[in-house]
Amino acid sequence: MKRLLRDRSALIGLIIIAALVVCAVFAGVLAPFPEDVDTYHLPRRLLGPSAVNFFGTDRMGADIFSRLLFGARLTILIAVIATSAAVVIGVPVGLVAGYYNNRFSDLLMRVSDVFLAVPQIVLAIAIAQTLGPAIHNVILALSITYWPFWARLVYAETRSVRNEVFIEAAVALGASPLRVMVLHVLPSIASSVIVRTTIGLGGTILVAAALGFLGLGPPPPTPEWGRMIAESREFLPTAWWYAAAPGLAILLVVMGFNLLGDGLRDALDPRLSRGGDAP
Amino acid sequence: MALIARRCLWMPPTLFGLLLIVFTVSHVIPSDPARVMAGENASADQVAAIRHQYGLDLPLPLQFLHYVEGVVTGDMGISLYTQRPVAEDLVARLPATMELALYAMVLAIVAGVPLGVVAALRRNSWLDHFVRVVTVAGLAMAAFWLAILLQLLFSMWLGLTPVQGRIDGWGPDPITGFFTVDAVLLGDWATLGQALRHLILPTLTLALPAVATIVRFTRAGMINVMSSNFVFYQTAMGIPRRRIVWKYLLRAALIGTLTQIGLIFGNLIAGAVVVETVFDWPGLGSFAVNSILHSDYSAVMSFTVFAGVVFILTNLAVDIAQTLLDPRGR
Repeated sequence: MKRLLRDRSALIGLIIIAALVVCAVFAGVLAPFPEDVDTYHLPRRLLGPSAVNFFGTDRMGADIFSRLLFGARLTILIAVIATSAAVVIGVPVGLVAGYYNNRFSDLLMRVSDVFLAVPQIVLAIAIAQTLGPAIHNVILALSITYWPFWARLVYAETRSVRNEVFIEAAVALGASPLRVMVLHVLPSIASSVIVRTTIGLGGTILVAAALGFLGLGPPPPTPEWGRMIAESREFLPTAWWYAAAPGLAILLVVMGFNLLGDGLRDALDPRLSRGGDAP
Repeated sequence: MALIARRCLWMPPTLFGLLLIVFTVSHVIPSDPARVMAGENASADQVAAIRHQYGLDLPLPLQFLHYVEGVVTGDMGISLYTQRPVAEDLVARLPATMELALYAMVLAIVAGVPLGVVAALRRNSWLDHFVRVVTVAGLAMAAFWLAILLQLLFSMWLGLTPVQGRIDGWGPDPITGFFTVDAVLLGDWATLGQALRHLILPTLTLALPAVATIVRFTRAGMINVMSSNFVFYQTAMGIPRRRIVWKYLLRAALIGTLTQIGLIFGNLIAGAVVVETVFDWPGLGSFAVNSILHSDYSAVMSFTVFAGVVFILTNLAVDIAQTLLDPRGR
């Protein structure tokens, strides 16, 4: 933890994510116009940034800053649920496939390879399109698309510790395979899973925003960041703030997760020297 | 060599699995394609007729076999929206996407490798920090947002580049389908200039995450090999520094980057979905999005299969290149 806080970029990442969580939790209190999520005031539409509306107003006259704050809730919700689901599916698959060395584990890895053969956004689009635009469908599409990443990672890591002496010792002492996997293998590979999950959260947010941008996200008037950017396109070049603000929010949040992930890797993995910045 | 042979052998099962996923996604869904095709006012008889015509009344496994047979023989079904064979549409739009993706790939390599090398050589200099900020931002930026900002700045405010499209009016007579190549072959310099001007913004947008990835891997690879024994040995042998860096070091460092290039090319095709939509680029990506908007499921599925095949093939190519480049693998 100390090492993490000493790392400047990790610290920046941590601050950004803390800010995001605060925005999401206290959106109702922080937003200057909390009612603007689903009401409109046409006389105030498309106003530029000012002391009243920090990021201007949108086509419905709603305060963009307030909508962004409520959008943070949605972003966290989608990213956390989708990523957790992917971890919950991917980690056991990778553990089992990596621990045993038989036909079944080959099959598991082949299946995840097939999923990895399709670019994530394409598969997510295909699934989201067939299921229809709704929050839970976006989450489902993202979890189906992303679990193989964790399966692959955990598989490779499990393979590499499988023949270590401490695993052998546990087996020799009569520990059941389940016990060995959960109590001995999992803790020793946890750090790379944590790092991957942190960076994965950022990736999920990007794909979720792209789905929203293409009209496959939750329907209006949900303040989804990607959809807000799509809406703004009609009003360019005049209402530049309308497009700029939500994208800036996405950029900041994804950058926060990526920086924290990089910092965690440096802190958790003593093998990598500082500044080595391995990808 | 054995490794490559094994990879090739794995291709058919992987493709089969890919088709199975795509088929499952498209068929185990509540919506009824026959009803969509027949239109909203169709009678039950008409829907049934269409269902029979397209073989949708057959049991699912049989439908799947028909589907696989179709894809293998190049028949991907009829687009519900354009009423043309999907395979024809895909082939017609392929050059636009390939031209864009290849320019982005070239830009990513030409900009990314030297930046990565220089950042590694001058570690913790201002240049290194600057490159790091750019790569971190480049990987965190939503492509569609960057595209819109570039349009706003260069097209709408400064008026330097066209807002959208691949060319004004008709393109050059198709020879390769790549407008820039065709224009050169025909000696049509005005068209070449125009095609290039249209290419600038989409290429930049598509290339930025790729540049960032290549920089990171090249930098990390360089730092990794810089401390290895052979560099020490070569320095001791009096081989010029420049030659060590740009020949031996780079070759060793690029092996890691190369693994990424396969992934990157696949990501470029995927990124094209979003980038082409914003720039109204008449390629596969905007085709896929249009199909989505018209619930044209056979077109969406075909694009998914196509992207998967490109992904698998590039990864295979990377595996082969890697074996050739890494002397230890020979």
